[in-house]
Amino acid sequence: MNRQPSTQRQTLYDSRNLLIRFVDFAGDRALSGISGLGSATLLVLETWLLAFRRPFQLNLLVHQLFLIGVNSISVVLISGLFTGMVLATQGYYQLIQLSAEGTLGKFVTVSVVKELGPMVTAFVLAGRIGASITAELGTMKVTEQIDALEVMATNPVKYLVVPRFLACAIMLPILTLFAIVFGIAGGYLAAIILFDMNGLFFLKLAQANLFISSIVISLVKASAFGMAIASIGCYKGFTISSAGGAEGVGKSTTGSAVTSLVTILALDAVLNQMLHVVFGVE
Amino acid sequence: MIWIENLWKNFGNKEVLAGLELYIPRGETLVIMGRSGCGKSVLLKMITGLMKPDQGQIWIDGADVTRLSRKALDRTRQKLGMLFQSAALFDSMTVAENVGFMVSQHMKLSKHEINEIVAEKLHLVQLDGTQHLRPAELSGGMRKRVGLARAIACNPEVILYDEPTTGLDPITALEINRLIRDLHQKLQVTSVVVTHDMDSAFSVGTRMAMIHQGQVIAHGTPDEIWKIDNPVLQQFIANENHHQDDDCR
Repeated sequence: MNRQPSTQRQTLYDSRNLLIRFVDFAGDRALSGISGLGSATLLVLETWLLAFRRPFQLNLLVHQLFLIGVNSISVVLISGLFTGMVLATQGYYQLIQLSAEGTLGKFVTVSVVKELGPMVTAFVLAGRIGASITAELGTMKVTEQIDALEVMATNPVKYLVVPRFLACAIMLPILTLFAIVFGIAGGYLAAIILFDMNGLFFLKLAQANLFISSIVISLVKASAFGMAIASIGCYKGFTISSAGGAEGVGKSTTGSAVTSLVTILALDAVLNQMLHVVFGVE
Repeated sequence: MIWIENLWKNFGNKEVLAGLELYIPRGETLVIMGRSGCGKSVLLKMITGLMKPDQGQIWIDGADVTRLSRKALDRTRQKLGMLFQSAALFDSMTVAENVGFMVSQHMKLSKHEINEIVAEKLHLVQLDGTQHLRPAELSGGMRKRVGLARAIACNPEVILYDEPTTGLDPITALEINRLIRDLHQKLQVTSVVVTHDMDSAFSVGTRMAMIHQGQVIAHGTPDEIWKIDNPVLQQFIANENHHQDDDCR
């Protein structure tokens, strides 16, 4: 007779426990997220401060420019070319329904310059460079190499983070320029080969819609993406627990790539809105 | 030279150091012994400023490293050299670049002068002609010796050794012990050696200290340490010797 109320009480107790555990878990995650954001912000601020402080180790910067820029150029060019081709193909089938296929040159150029050029470049580099920065610094952390730097009176942020941060901020816009050129070239090739369009007309429309202001804004966005990729890559590498070992490095590397991709998308939305509100850019 | 005063450190609920006091005179080689997890390596990290204590001070040549600014701490660190347990060599650099790293960062010398210092330090650790090798090409003992050459590159006043013979075969461990003694005699430095290898401890130490439950429970010369009637200390020495005999068998 008494069993039913007791079971109900037990169920209520279990539900309450489950709710408390959920709140506890969510609270923990939120706190660690906020604390992580705070630490990452401090790392970026320290990086900015140290970037303008002597000694300027240009050899380290040049080495990173080479690793990030020269070694990524082929992937960026191929990605840009195919992005332009896909964009032209999809755009053509949509525009033809409106009998506006003649404006394909404008469609491809505006899309590539304003969004796809910087985005594709940033995505490629987030996977290629951001992850590799995390893996490299993470391995240095678990093998005590970063501690060794500190003991040898060398600031790890100045020595490891600043050159990577500056190299990403400089190389992303340059690589974006290449991605834009190859993106438009991809669109052009698709237009003349697949759809037998007049190439000269495509290029004239492309040129007419190629504004310096659009390119500058695109490069500013690319530079911001570069800073985000380097900061996230370095932060994830620096915060690996020494006890985490190879597994910790693997997890942080994946985390770095995923966080960079999400951050790039969020940053793009914020920057677009800011540029629209502050400078009236469409 | 190094004075450690009332040092406390907790990790969560675990109390690692509980009011530790220690004085290391100039020119001595102090061996710090203790069971795994007793806080020996934590103490080394605090001496180098890699970790902050919850309470207490560490004075090196009159400067409290627990309260120094980053710049002042780096100046004090230039007086230190450290051999890490894993050697912690920079794996993207050659042996020469590793050994010459601190020199190139903090001394305004030409490339030729740096190369001369590198060759001299590699000679001291009996690794002449290995400048071009990468850390991945070195054996465990060679890595430790390169780590030692890197630690002494800027002529430090203090050398810190974190488990210098761990993971080495007995012959290589003997070589490292001999090297630590030789460097002490040639360079006249103050050394702090953290180890639980008793052969190494009695071979290199001019003074010894035993840490237990976060405090120094015994301190003295090797001869005095043998005679101290402390059951924890005597059991530690006896057991460690016993383990080493077993390992050799």
